[in-house]
Amino acid sequence: MESITVTFKLNGKTTAVAIEPLESLRTVLREHLHLHATKAGCGQGGCGSCTVLVNDEPVLSCLMLAALADGQEVTTLEGIGTPPHMHPLQTAFFDRFAAQCGYCSPGMIMAAKALLDKNPHPTRAEIAEALAGNLCRCTGYVAILDAIEDVVTQMQEA
Amino acid sequence: MAKHYGRGIAAVNYPTGMNLGGDPTQALIFCQPTGGFSVKLASTDLGQGLKTVIAQIAAEALGVPFDSVIVDTGDTDSAPHCMGTFASRATHRVGNAVIMAANEARKALLDVAAEEMEAAPEDLVLENGEIYVKGAPERKTNVFNVALAAHFKHGKTISGRGIYLKQKSGLDPETGACDPDSTEAHATTVAEVEVDDETGEVKVLRLASAYEVGRQINPEMVKGQIVSGAVMGMSHALMETVFPYYPALDHHTYSFGEYIIPTALDIPEIESVVLEYPSSNGPYGVKGVGEMTANSPIPAIVNAIYDAVGVWVTDLPVTPEKVLRALEERSLETH
Repeated sequence: MESITVTFKLNGKTTAVAIEPLESLRTVLREHLHLHATKAGCGQGGCGSCTVLVNDEPVLSCLMLAALADGQEVTTLEGIGTPPHMHPLQTAFFDRFAAQCGYCSPGMIMAAKALLDKNPHPTRAEIAEALAGNLCRCTGYVAILDAIEDVVTQMQEA
Repeated sequence: MAKHYGRGIAAVNYPTGMNLGGDPTQALIFCQPTGGFSVKLASTDLGQGLKTVIAQIAAEALGVPFDSVIVDTGDTDSAPHCMGTFASRATHRVGNAVIMAANEARKALLDVAAEEMEAAPEDLVLENGEIYVKGAPERKTNVFNVALAAHFKHGKTISGRGIYLKQKSGLDPETGACDPDSTEAHATTVAEVEVDDETGEVKVLRLASAYEVGRQINPEMVKGQIVSGAVMGMSHALMETVFPYYPALDHHTYSFGEYIIPTALDIPEIESVVLEYPSSNGPYGVKGVGEMTANSPIPAIVNAIYDAVGVWVTDLPVTPEKVLRALEERSLETH
């Protein structure tokens, strides 16, 4: 198949990339653009580890054709924080030991960001509901929920 | 038709050290001219935090800051042999090997320091990367200076080799007695469940556990193992199977749509207390903690189901179908 060019805003920067028409957004992010925070888990939309934001909505990037991202705004974990300037969610995950193997963490943080951007004061039940599409085998979720609640508290105090 | 509350208890003894002994792990430590130490291990960090606790143990045994230790794991070609990360053996085995390696490296470091400082090595104190002469703290240097001198002036390495092996224990032919493990951790879990006798659904309301884990090297990570073990145990008890419909290969699971594991919406109330009775042969008294945390919740949940509705379902996972079949069988027996 002939390659096509898609152009989208990636982490705030206009990006054009030549892709095969049927490639997923996840493949394009990881293999063409070398942004490896977005994880390749089940590839079936079942685990949430590939969660990114498209126009601020959480999206399973393994199920979205990259071609459909043309003209949209895509945000990955790399776009919300860097090691010296971590996003409050990243700091909270770090402080709360909310990662063990860490494979689910990027998707968890992006799903949590999507929630907090819309609802800055969610209850613990609402947080759990928002993360229900993101599987974690290691932590048992408690530390992850604690970390997100910490950020909610910080935002209330600020 | 009603929901029934039940409570069950289970306890485990968790041994560390496999194969009746004969279960070794090796470690190498070397110091760079920067004063940073590298620990080479074939052992793998599965996410439970091995690299962190080993850096803590190495820093403690060497007498240097935690930040100056790098733990390099997971390549069996370039690191000395380890039997593997499994059965809660890694912190115990690797930790012991690392302490042995650190002691040798520390001695090599202090030998060079002694030459540099014109003092006897046994009179030197090494703490948090600083070295001084006992009773004369103004005579001091640090690991960085000694590492530079060792490399560029003395032509000496600062390194250490370590291994932990507990000799294999045979069976006594008369009595069958043996010494099968190195240490044992202990746990008890109480599960509270709600069983719906109409749908067969079991909901775990609460898991409360006491864990005796020897010395905790990193209490936050021990807590992480306990919480995640509770959820994984619940998952094994009620959800996970590779044959959710019929026990034939054609009916195995293809995705997380059929192989069900808990989400953030499924977690019960989890409560735990940790008791520390240090082991005699673990590094700083360590025992194994990881795996047993997923063990005790399972029989506790099965017992709680019995307490709730009076049927034993011992074929895991305890699906609604199995609960309903057991309830039906019992009602046929009693009528």
